[in-house]
Amino acid sequence: MSLASALRTGDLTQLPSRRDEDWRWTDLRGLIRTLPPAALPTVFDEMGPFNGLGGSEIMIADGQVVGSGDYVTPGGQDATLQLRYVATQASSNPSRFGITVREGDSLLLLESYEALSDGAVTSADIDIIVETGGTLRRIILAADQASSITVSTATVSLAAGARLEQTVLTSGARRQRIETRVAHPGAGATVRLDGAYLLSGQRHADLTTVVTHGGVDGTTSQMTKGVVRDQARGVFQGRIVVERGADRTDARMGHHALIVSDRAEVDAKPELLIFADDVSCAHGNTVGALDEEAIFYAQQRGIPADDARAMLTTAFVGEVIDRIDHDGARDIARAWAAQQLGTGL
Amino acid sequence: MLSIHNLHASVADKPIIKGLTLDVPAGEVHAIMGPNGAGKSTLSYVLTGRSGYEVTGGTASLDGEDLLGLEANERAARGVFLSFQYPLEIPGVPALTFIRTAMNAQRKAQGETQIGAPAFLKLARETATSLKIDFEMLKRSLNFGFSGGEKKRMEIFQMAMLSPRLLILDETDSGLDIDALKIVSAGVNAMRSPDRAMLVITHYQRLLDYIKPDRVHVLSAGRIVASGGPELALELERDGYDRYVQVAA
Repeated sequence: MSLASALRTGDLTQLPSRRDEDWRWTDLRGLIRTLPPAALPTVFDEMGPFNGLGGSEIMIADGQVVGSGDYVTPGGQDATLQLRYVATQASSNPSRFGITVREGDSLLLLESYEALSDGAVTSADIDIIVETGGTLRRIILAADQASSITVSTATVSLAAGARLEQTVLTSGARRQRIETRVAHPGAGATVRLDGAYLLSGQRHADLTTVVTHGGVDGTTSQMTKGVVRDQARGVFQGRIVVERGADRTDARMGHHALIVSDRAEVDAKPELLIFADDVSCAHGNTVGALDEEAIFYAQQRGIPADDARAMLTTAFVGEVIDRIDHDGARDIARAWAAQQLGTGL
Repeated sequence: MLSIHNLHASVADKPIIKGLTLDVPAGEVHAIMGPNGAGKSTLSYVLTGRSGYEVTGGTASLDGEDLLGLEANERAARGVFLSFQYPLEIPGVPALTFIRTAMNAQRKAQGETQIGAPAFLKLARETATSLKIDFEMLKRSLNFGFSGGEKKRMEIFQMAMLSPRLLILDETDSGLDIDALKIVSAGVNAMRSPDRAMLVITHYQRLLDYIKPDRVHVLSAGRIVASGGPELALELERDGYDRYVQVAA
């Protein structure tokens, strides 16, 4: 049961609904009454948000992979792939794509969601394999149009000693879910899974992660921050599973959200499922407003209240941005955050 | 300099300041002492414009200009500085960034030109040296994870950088050990000047051994019930506040 199968079969009953525990805050069944038609052939040549950072580009336009098929690192330390999901029509856009980071290779994956058309429904399934000692840095920028629907589901398998560093940046959509499922079957794999959702209007964003530690000595560090205003809704679901025998796992999960208006909403479900004995796991979750005392403190120093709010909000989100370990991508992320926060947040 | 006349103020509709009159001329240091619940912190928040502290009567002005109608940041730009009893932690904003933002906001409000980075850093280094503050600390998030003593020193650092005309010190000695108290007091004393006034709010006399006041006022039940020279602080230390609590009642 998934958006992808509904789009492929045309069967609305395949859509996940609020009755599915993992989808109860991102209901698609109640939202989508008719599926849009399949896409017509399209040509699209505008620049993506990571233009300027180089590397090769693969575009998935209206569900169609443009160019060759799955991506495999060419060997070496500095491969960059810009993977762009572009929706130009009110069409059904299911796709699947595969990425392999070969043994010892390093890949910077710059992934963007660019739904430009009203009513586009995009389902992106991405299968990622990081082989022994490989490193994947994945930066996702979801800049979808407000009326589009996007579900991105990445399944990442990490071999021994592999590393994943991920940051999701999203301004949401009509319904949008960015899900990352990571399995550490190998020993000593390292994961950083971060996210920032900055939502306004009636936008919705759902950041869901599932991390399964199957091998020993794995580490997971998660930091997600959200700012929601107007009638926007942010969803964070983070599940960390430590299987029997995955000893000396170190897993930390943090999710913190600011609600800027009375009608905005944040739903959070952090879960730690631990079946091993010798582990270190922790999670922290807060949802609240900006600290009015801190605003007064800044005001007392001469900073006008609105500027103080902007400063504190930018600093709040900045913790996630600062953890991006790539100068160019971090600059783009910072500019994105400033733009989202500057437009009234 | 600071002139308060028959001030009345409430918090959550409960009257706390009940007809307070006080003048602090330029160049003087006045201490406000009083028992818990007398309204000492409320007075500092009313003067600095914190929301939730409602003025229900009276006036307060700085060099003849009404303060009570101004926003908190406008009062700061006019030179009102409050050293907080419990300074706030500002995660993600380096101390230097915060202070430079504040300084330039004040300058903008006063129609002055912005301070550039080189001039600001030079001033910050000199000020840090004089207050024995490690410059590296100023690159960290303001007050975030700082000890109580470090936070108070950061208050004095901000005060020295922003160079206010009216300094209000709210229980600056709370949480300080004797060494930190000496450093903080020296920083405050260095700010004494003929064109600056200070209001030192404290529960205990100890702070006044280090910051010598020109006048001491006893605040009880929202009013000034006695005023005198520095010897009044010693008397309070010896005899307690009981007599003045009864006067106010």
